[in-house]
Amino acid sequence: MIEITDLQKSYGNLEVLRGINLTVRRGEVISIIGASGSGKSTLLYCVNGLETIQGGKIEVDGIDVHARGTDLNKLRQRLGMVFQQWNAFPHLTALENVALAPRIVRGLSKADSRAVAEKQLVHVGLGDKLEVYPSKLSGGQQQRLAIARALAMEPDYMLFDEATSALDPELVGEVLDTIRLLAEEGMTMIVVTHEMGFARDVSDKVAYFDEGQVEEIGPPDQIFGAPHSEKTKRFLAKVR
Amino acid sequence: MGSGGVQFFFEFTERDLLILAEGAKLTLIISSLAIVGGTILGGLFGWLLSIGGRVGAITLGWVLDIFRSVPPIVQLVLFVNFFPIIGFPLDAAEAGTLVLMMYCSALVAQVARAGIEAVPKTTRWAGRSLGMSYWQDLRYVVLPIGLRAVLPSWTGVALGVLKDSALVSVLKAGELMQVSQEMITRTQQPFLILGIAGLFYFALSFPIARLTEHLERRWQHD
Repeated sequence: MIEITDLQKSYGNLEVLRGINLTVRRGEVISIIGASGSGKSTLLYCVNGLETIQGGKIEVDGIDVHARGTDLNKLRQRLGMVFQQWNAFPHLTALENVALAPRIVRGLSKADSRAVAEKQLVHVGLGDKLEVYPSKLSGGQQQRLAIARALAMEPDYMLFDEATSALDPELVGEVLDTIRLLAEEGMTMIVVTHEMGFARDVSDKVAYFDEGQVEEIGPPDQIFGAPHSEKTKRFLAKVR
Repeated sequence: MGSGGVQFFFEFTERDLLILAEGAKLTLIISSLAIVGGTILGGLFGWLLSIGGRVGAITLGWVLDIFRSVPPIVQLVLFVNFFPIIGFPLDAAEAGTLVLMMYCSALVAQVARAGIEAVPKTTRWAGRSLGMSYWQDLRYVVLPIGLRAVLPSWTGVALGVLKDSALVSVLKAGELMQVSQEMITRTQQPFLILGIAGLFYFALSFPIARLTEHLERRWQHD
């Protein structure tokens, strides 16, 4: 379970997150929607400790992420993350991209790490691209590679930061299908997205972020069908 | 010039070629040490600059700027006199190597900093988000990506330092350039001797250029 309590995050004088409360239970898929700059991505960076926080608390299975003495390297193995920019390691083949962390972080043998990598690449539909370098892959394929790379650490949670925003429209579908597949397999996920249809389909809960606060959270039918908040209504009217 | 007269000039002989080769060997040793040492030090300095922020820029950055900006020939003359003063009398070749190494490290530091900064923050975050430690990220993500980005710049620095090693001749170190100059005085055959010296310098530079070319080709797919 990921439990976020009264989270405060600011860059200098700019308050990005202003008292976020959010709970993600095992097996849940929570989508976060909202305008650019509403703090959605920053929240994910805080959850796996890439960003420091100014107040509040984030606990992952009872471990305080930002406490002194927390082994972030160990914790992050349980929190797979996929970024907006696909960030494949350009000097490694698809297989090596995925096998690297299992080998050097989990300590698997070379053969075992390659086996794990191959399994995950097949999982995301890149079984025929094992020896290909990222520069020869499309954006959608690179993003699926990034998903396979995160899955190879066998995480308990997956965090998606606008995984399709930087893709050409015709490539969005294949990545969303991959994320949907994970949802069906029961992966616990926080998905920051601009794809409203997708959020409606896969989420157990949808949170609408506005200016660093959770304006409204509820089941997709509530958020998209009958939002309680005027701000949510206005936002959805704009993006649809 | 009669047969019984005093001979001022001497013919260039096979033995002279060996003397030049000896000078080239010393040039090779001085340059290799300076380039290898300067690259290791420069890599360290570049990393410090990349994490040092403003403090790093006005302390280390400032010192390195001095080494970068003062002509190496001036540094050589200054430092060969400086080492004995602080109690480390070094011979000309040793002092020359040390000065060239520092000069090289100052140039490599900027190259290395650029290489580290060439790796996007989010790529490094991708590594860290997989559970890699800071050092693992540096070793397995930043180093290979940054190296590919700045290899041509590094090659330029290395070739420059190799050629600048000719300046060590002002210290009478006995390396290729100084040996050549003395031989010119003796034989009065500047074209021949400088031609040979030039060939030696080319032979020393060639492997560096080829190595770079080879690596660039190997990394082309990236």
